[in-house]
Amino acid sequence: MNTCLIVDDSKVIRMVARKILQELGFNTAEAEDGAKALEYCKGALPEAVLLDWNMPVMNGIEFLIELRKLPGGDKPVVVFCTTENDIQHIQQAIAAGASEYIMKPFDGEIIQAKFEQVGLLVAKE
Amino acid sequence: MKPEDFDFVAKLLKERSGLVLSKDKSYLLESRLMPVARRRGMKGLDELVAAVRRMDAALVKDVTEAMTTNESFFFRDGKPFDQFREQVIPGLLQSRKDKRAIRIWCAACSSGQEPYSLAIILKEMEAKLAGWRIDIIATDLSTEILEKAKAGLYSQFEVQRGMPIQLLVKYFQKKDEMWQIDPRLRAMVQFRPLNLLTDIRSPLGTFDVVYCRNVLIYFDQDTKGRVLADIAKLLTPDGCLFLGGAETVLGISDKFKPIVGQRGMYQLTSATPAKV
Repeated sequence: MNTCLIVDDSKVIRMVARKILQELGFNTAEAEDGAKALEYCKGALPEAVLLDWNMPVMNGIEFLIELRKLPGGDKPVVVFCTTENDIQHIQQAIAAGASEYIMKPFDGEIIQAKFEQVGLLVAKE
Repeated sequence: MKPEDFDFVAKLLKERSGLVLSKDKSYLLESRLMPVARRRGMKGLDELVAAVRRMDAALVKDVTEAMTTNESFFFRDGKPFDQFREQVIPGLLQSRKDKRAIRIWCAACSSGQEPYSLAIILKEMEAKLAGWRIDIIATDLSTEILEKAKAGLYSQFEVQRGMPIQLLVKYFQKKDEMWQIDPRLRAMVQFRPLNLLTDIRSPLGTFDVVYCRNVLIYFDQDTKGRVLADIAKLLTPDGCLFLGGAETVLGISDKFKPIVGQRGMYQLTSATPAKV
């Protein structure tokens, strides 16, 4: 079973995302900022990361840049999930190595569709 | 809604659009028609149905459109678009290399996501298609939904359903809280109003590819057969038809047969083995 690390400073968002991802068949882990997420990744790399942008201590884009420097850190599929919804932010995320980008608010259908697009889930026939 | 009102509206919709509305769908009737009633300053559905019974032509049109407008999203179901990119277009590049022209019809395009998805695929392949003439004709019963399709303006929610982020950044501009598809892509699609039950013989020309997905499910058997027979007349002898995942030609029309190994794709029964 694949693991998805949910990185968001909102406990409510983490809970909603956890419920959706578990229903889609993922193990989940959680971190409340980029620094805690990076610590987690130094221990074990998840297959996927659902990543908020604006967080205290270390934000999402800083985390992503550091993640990609870790041994094997190019492997996890990173999907941003943020209220930042302008082209500049999206382009910056793609340039830093994000595979997909979800603009909040989101729901289960959007997460599922995006995870299918990046190959984390097999699309239903 | 009173049962006799439901029956009356259901019968009218069947005649006008082919839509079959079973009794368990009365919630759908109410949720779709309340906004129509409100827009006209009516108190509720009783008043609306009374006006429909008087055959207020503009109202009957609004009611038909409200009931037949269906949700849609970009690259819906994925596979029919992979097949277009990997099977259909490469096949046509061979078979049409003398004519260098391809005509595509989206037969119930709703708010435009399907034809624009095809336009994006073609744009991404434009190096191979240099010098080719490609027509994408997109039709729908609803003139209101066609206006939305032409404008190419979508909510954040709509663009997140199916549109890969790389393509969103490449082909859309943000306009306030909406996303608008690139004018170059809008120029690739011609939108026209068309009722599949009555107008299909109007001069559309012939097509190499027809998308008619998630439309037949709303029709009864006879209507399905009639629409398929009409589409067959507009298809080139080696052309292909895409139907929705829950649709089939089996037992409905002898004009089409499934293309072996290509789920959702059909060709004319009279066709020689498919080129795809």
